[in-house]
Amino acid sequence: MLKQRPYLIEFLTAAGLIVAPFVLPWLGFAPNTVNRILVWGLFGLGFDILFGFTGLLSFGQSAFYGTGGFVAAWLLTRAGFPYVVLALVIGMIAAAATGYLIGLIALRRTGIYFAMITVAIAEVFFFVEFNPLSDFTGGENGLPGVPTPSFNLGFTTLHFTTGWSLYQFLALCYFIGVVIALRIVRSPVGAVFSAIRDNPLRATAVGHNIHGYKLTAFVIAAAYAGFAGGLLGVLQAFMPPDAFTFDTSGQLVMQTAIGGRGTLFGPLVGAAVWLSLQDFLQAALGLGAAWKLVLGLVFVLLVCFLRRGIIGGLADLYGLLTGQHGAREPDESEPEVAAAASEPHAAVAAAPTPPRPRPAGSPTGPILQAKGLTKRYGGLLANSDIDFTVNHGELRGIIGPNGAGKSTFFKMLTCEVHPTSGTIVFEGRDITGMNVTDVCQLGLTKSYQVNQLFAGLTVRENLVIAALSGLRGKFKLDLFRSIDSIPGLSERVQHTLELVNLTSRPDTPVSELAYGEKRRLEIGLALATSPSLLLLDEPLAGMSPRERVETVKLLKSISQGRTMIIIDHDMDALFELAERVTVLQEGRVLVEGTPEEIKNNSTVQEAYLGGVHGVLAA
Amino acid sequence: MINWPNFVSQLFNGLALGALLALISSGLTIIYGTLGVLNLAHGAMFMIGGYAGYVAYSYTGSFILAVIAGSLFVMLLGVAMERIIIRHFYHRPHEDQLLVTFGLGICFVEIVRLIFTSQSQVVPPPALLQGITSLGFLFYPTYRLAVVGIVAVALGALFLILYRTRLGMIVRAGIEDSVMVDSLGINVYRVFMIVFGIGAMAAGFAGIINAPVVSLTPGVGDDILVETFVVVVIGGVGSFPGAILGGLIAGEIISVTSMFNPGYAYVMLFAAMTLVLVLRPHGLLGTQGRE
Repeated sequence: MLKQRPYLIEFLTAAGLIVAPFVLPWLGFAPNTVNRILVWGLFGLGFDILFGFTGLLSFGQSAFYGTGGFVAAWLLTRAGFPYVVLALVIGMIAAAATGYLIGLIALRRTGIYFAMITVAIAEVFFFVEFNPLSDFTGGENGLPGVPTPSFNLGFTTLHFTTGWSLYQFLALCYFIGVVIALRIVRSPVGAVFSAIRDNPLRATAVGHNIHGYKLTAFVIAAAYAGFAGGLLGVLQAFMPPDAFTFDTSGQLVMQTAIGGRGTLFGPLVGAAVWLSLQDFLQAALGLGAAWKLVLGLVFVLLVCFLRRGIIGGLADLYGLLTGQHGAREPDESEPEVAAAASEPHAAVAAAPTPPRPRPAGSPTGPILQAKGLTKRYGGLLANSDIDFTVNHGELRGIIGPNGAGKSTFFKMLTCEVHPTSGTIVFEGRDITGMNVTDVCQLGLTKSYQVNQLFAGLTVRENLVIAALSGLRGKFKLDLFRSIDSIPGLSERVQHTLELVNLTSRPDTPVSELAYGEKRRLEIGLALATSPSLLLLDEPLAGMSPRERVETVKLLKSISQGRTMIIIDHDMDALFELAERVTVLQEGRVLVEGTPEEIKNNSTVQEAYLGGVHGVLAA
Repeated sequence: MINWPNFVSQLFNGLALGALLALISSGLTIIYGTLGVLNLAHGAMFMIGGYAGYVAYSYTGSFILAVIAGSLFVMLLGVAMERIIIRHFYHRPHEDQLLVTFGLGICFVEIVRLIFTSQSQVVPPPALLQGITSLGFLFYPTYRLAVVGIVAVALGALFLILYRTRLGMIVRAGIEDSVMVDSLGINVYRVFMIVFGIGAMAAGFAGIINAPVVSLTPGVGDDILVETFVVVVIGGVGSFPGAILGGLIAGEIISVTSMFNPGYAYVMLFAAMTLVLVLRPHGLLGTQGRE
């Protein structure tokens, strides 16, 4: 939603900020309130990147807000540092550095653990500010006398003091903040952020180092917080110690949720609602201290009924009025509707993507060699002493009864789980003990038995995320690069769309796809990383007979010039596709051979049919 | 030089605080373990337990009744909260659960502030436990000693419920795999409600027991909530023994550090948490894979 026309949002933001001083007084906004809203809005830009875009809910942002604020205020008051803007930037850098160190600890865990750790961090900073560092921070008195900025332009001096005069400076800061945030969100890094929010497991599996990206988002949020904290001191001519309180973090979280997460402007809207309601309830209604209760109730109701906040609600309303599909909430329950009948019967015509260039001189011979692979879960032996070799360009099938250890075997090959013993060599390199991200980067990935998609994004966005890892590597900080300017990206995405026959629906949200389409996208995600060896875990599972025919055709076309290993229960399909078939039973290789050999092998027949054939023959 | 009687008395303080933290944290951790919801209103539950007990005490003058009223009221509040709101959040993302319980916590605190103002209220300890006790080498407030005993009994009761009853077995099974429990024909949602009630009650009980030690203010649960988080991170999410161990560790760290400089209590607590996160990311007694 954030990328329609270039610079439209930037332009509208600038226009809004310019018009605001002429309009808002009519609505009863005091300049000081507007300025506070801007500071909260700037604080929230970074937080929204962390929470709304990356999905990491931190209750500890006050730590960075306070750090940036006090470093800047200390420089300007106690240290006699004369340059306001430079002090703000130094405060921001200090906050970002703090964020980096804290992030190293907090991001060791995810989900509620992360939330709890950030709460604890914020509390520690509060106590440190009050006690051990009170000589620097003024303890509970804060730091009074923070100057406002002025710029000597030679012929005249611009001085921003209070009210609408200071507004100009704050509005400029906010505008720059928005421009930077928009660039980040539209960059490849921004795409990976939303991948992490939607499905961290798959983001890892398609080859992104998500820990690095999470840390990046955390540092970005800390930097914004630090700068906003500095502005708070400038705004109030005083750096208040309550910037460090848990209430600050809480208020930021609530404002963001009220305004709408994942919108960048949500925190600004939320702050406007919050501060004007606070003034209104306190002054006009004379509610006194009860204002916070009213806001708390408003917040709870919003979380219950309007999960995407005011901006999200307005967007949905707009979509409803114009009859378009608004960005709906991701559907949790997968509608298992086989919509094959409604799909166009386009033949799979696309030529296969050129797989990643192979090291010269090894076009044939083994691409993957597993020796003695064993996986033990406690007393359960899932895989036992499996030797397995696949040659370049081969299409191998793996069959076996349920519980034969097929999926465990795949998980070991892609390094999702590590073998108890044995080695895996891929393209001449020992990958045993590597992680799934690095292995994907080397060109080995798989499509999952149960769909692992980025459910909140569109088909194209899904493929972009997968394609990015191949084109950019597992971690790259191209924060300000437009995603459209990456050479080869749109071609690869388009190509993958053609390969998996989804060209007609690139901009459909995943939640609206039919089951068969999701299944194809699942394969597409793996393909878009352009693997040299592709593992497919039951690609035909759950498909209607018609979809199976289509998908087999699709798999055939994909396999041109590519090495693939397919697990499936559909033996007819597998015998049709595969050149060689490996049969697993009870965690061991039962037999290996051409489809013809396997069909006629009596031990295989016994494994599947319980020896019926043998009895009949006798 | 270390003043030894002072040091020992701080160790006792740590024990009392640790026992309380253990009780509150086990409430938080069994709720999270079973329902998958981290209740950010847990600190408010602790605070409300104190206030409910205070009201009962000011009408009846009986500390026992205050304890009963405080615990029961918070249990009912927990059950109501689960029925009316939390229930609708089981299938929503963790972030939404955090947001809604956070908002509820604020509402609870503000309602109490509206009724009782921000002024601190006092619940005196029962007559029998007032005064100080001589431990031979130092004198120590009797009530604080009693707190350790009372909380130990409460933890014991919680242990019996969790490990010796049918309900407890279901709860522990639910912590491992609530979907499986549901498909075994046990109404897991009814169990969820009961667990939420028990978990809240643990906080409420701790709240009224703690009331005579500290003065009662609407914000009394905020710091406790943070300490509880540290306890759970140290002990391991969803682990009852972990909550007890973590509680005692956290209580002692806070108390012993406070003897030297109270300003560093949280820093040391945080350092301990960091150490655990680095060395044993799943907590001292936590299980890998539970998130």
